[in-house]
Amino acid sequence: MELVVFSLLNGIVFGLLLFMMSAGLTLIFSMMGVLNFAHASFYMLGAYFAFQISQAVGFWPALVLAPLVVGVAGGLVERYGLRRVHKHGHVPELLFTFGLAFLIQEFVVLGWGRVGVPYRVPEILNFPLFTLFGTNFPAYRAFMVLISIGMFVALFAILTRTRVGLIVQASLTHPHIAATLGHNVPRVFMYVFAGGTALAGLAGVIGGNAFVTNPSMAALLGTIVFVVVIVGGLGSLTGAFIAAMVIGIVQTFSVALDVSVGSFFGLLGLDLSSNSIFYEYWTLTLTDIAPVTPYLLLVLILIFRPMGLMGKRET
Amino acid sequence: MTDRAAGSVRNIAWASYLRSYGLWVLAAVAIFALPHVFDSRANQSMFGQMGIFVVFALSYNMLLGQSGMLSFGHAVYFGFAGFISVHVMRIIESGFAFPVVLLPLFGAAAGLALGIIFGSFSTRRAGTVFAMISLGIAELVGALAFFIGFFGGEEGISGDRMSGPSLPGLSLGPQIQVYYVIAAWTLVAALLMYAITRTPLGRMANAVRDNPERAEFIGYNTQRVRFRMFALSGMFAGVAGALFAIQFEFLQFNNIGVAASGSVLLMTFIGGVGFFMGPILGAILVTFLELELVNVTQAWLLYFGLFFVLMVMFVPAGLAGLIMRHQPIWRAGILHKLAPAYGLALVPSLIFAVGAIGLIEIIYFTSTRAGLNTVMSVYTITFDAVKPLPWIIAGVVAAGGFVLCRLTFPTVRKVWDEVFLEAMAKLNR
Repeated sequence: MELVVFSLLNGIVFGLLLFMMSAGLTLIFSMMGVLNFAHASFYMLGAYFAFQISQAVGFWPALVLAPLVVGVAGGLVERYGLRRVHKHGHVPELLFTFGLAFLIQEFVVLGWGRVGVPYRVPEILNFPLFTLFGTNFPAYRAFMVLISIGMFVALFAILTRTRVGLIVQASLTHPHIAATLGHNVPRVFMYVFAGGTALAGLAGVIGGNAFVTNPSMAALLGTIVFVVVIVGGLGSLTGAFIAAMVIGIVQTFSVALDVSVGSFFGLLGLDLSSNSIFYEYWTLTLTDIAPVTPYLLLVLILIFRPMGLMGKRET
Repeated sequence: MTDRAAGSVRNIAWASYLRSYGLWVLAAVAIFALPHVFDSRANQSMFGQMGIFVVFALSYNMLLGQSGMLSFGHAVYFGFAGFISVHVMRIIESGFAFPVVLLPLFGAAAGLALGIIFGSFSTRRAGTVFAMISLGIAELVGALAFFIGFFGGEEGISGDRMSGPSLPGLSLGPQIQVYYVIAAWTLVAALLMYAITRTPLGRMANAVRDNPERAEFIGYNTQRVRFRMFALSGMFAGVAGALFAIQFEFLQFNNIGVAASGSVLLMTFIGGVGFFMGPILGAILVTFLELELVNVTQAWLLYFGLFFVLMVMFVPAGLAGLIMRHQPIWRAGILHKLAPAYGLALVPSLIFAVGAIGLIEIIYFTSTRAGLNTVMSVYTITFDAVKPLPWIIAGVVAAGGFVLCRLTFPTVRKVWDEVFLEAMAKLNR
């Protein structure tokens, strides 16, 4: 019982973090048609900038400043990098972000060294919120949930209730008509890119101290965020939300449960002794398989439903 | 009279034959001579590695360059064939009489089989769907390789290339013999892949890449074309994988995953996807850099990333594209007119590079240094890295070079355009 409740809670926290990153990515993706390989790198930059800023002026200014700095960096990348490559076509665009991810990782190594930095949860939030079945639930996780939900509501309100949101939506679906009507579509793209990377930066600010802050944190989450976006469906925030929650909860559960594939067969009354064929596969535990599941989901979705769960267009 | 005409026709045929195949002959001579010119063991090993990655990159370009399929998982076929080869090597060790020299046949079969399996569903669509499926497969296989016995888990698996029956004088013990085996397979594989570009399948792959709708209208099944190219490409990747197994006698989970796939993508793109020789250049250059830069600087991954991003931004046609753009100027015989402009561009670029590299080295040293040692040396100049003076000097040099670049590049570009137009005018006359 304890396991189920805590896995569920941690799964939701992880899922919300995934969603915060994929929300920006799915907007960028549906707008430019290019999956941004470097998106998780901006998450990493968010964590590192927050660490640096919080050393100087504390966590709360960092919570605001770090995403802004990441957003500016994202905007510059779009303006002076992506836009220049855009005219060469899709493949160079994709490769640019691919190289950028690599480069950002090396820059982080350059700036902060190869080992992680001690980016910690602020003292004021470092207490157990409640204790259930003898296990503490940290208050910081609840704070992460609050921030994520607040961000989701704000994003949804901006996209559907404001004039800026309308222009963004128009540029998403009908870029040429939006341009003909006098909107500067490239500039809209730049702002969306900056906004999306700022969201990833925010995820880094609140996720970096809850998990780890080291140069490999981007590579760890990078592909999972891709999976969320594609499974959720191109440009669909709701789809990304559902996919993020599902993957977050499934991942957390399979890490927590220590059962092997063979034990399912054991329940059915089959005896799998060590000399049966494929013995090594029966002893694989769910924890072993956990890192594989998102990618399996990705491949299956792309084969059978390329538009994703909630998408209207094909990937 | 008729005899002479026939003779001159034969001469022209010979000349054109030499022109189109002369490069192949030259390459064969270079391949034979190189390990004798640079005859250290490390160099011979490096040349072998170059051969392996030439095959691998060429097979990758069958997808990206020729059929327009961007794959993030090509190392899956390379790695799988490599693991199969190591396993076969171990079976040979325990008594199966098969010459190790012919292992690439097994590799090719393994790559082809896996290519057929994964290609059957992943080539149904091109574009981003294909790219993402390949990424998913690569992540999947890479994660599986970590804990499945066949791939040897974290420790990897190893074999012995010297076991089994050997051809006379070919024990595969000395590095030079391994090199010549790899070189022979590389030549065969490259020739075959070049031949495939000339077949109807190869041509249709280009059509499907450029305009799938039209290809379909003419009556071709685009999925089938993609599938066949994919399976063949997997086969040649398998040859490369088997060669890798022969050279290193060892494979590990990281030979099969996304990182290894990304590396072949880098090579192919840096070399240039638009020309057959592109991936060859890319594989040779990148292998050289990977092996040599490590000895020169700790920050080599950063330079490598910078190089790649700059290539994508400014030279998307790759090295081969860059070279081929000079072809009309060379044929018009006015290549020398570019020399002053290139000289003008080179000086500020070098100044900028010297400054920037110095700065990166200093930053890298201070951020990754262990202990209290603050003395370092760049360009054989030894100094204290925590004092501000070296930072200022490197920064000023870099900034000055950058400004000079901004000032001179427009002139260079103008000269280039003028020379190019002159060449075109000469050729069209």
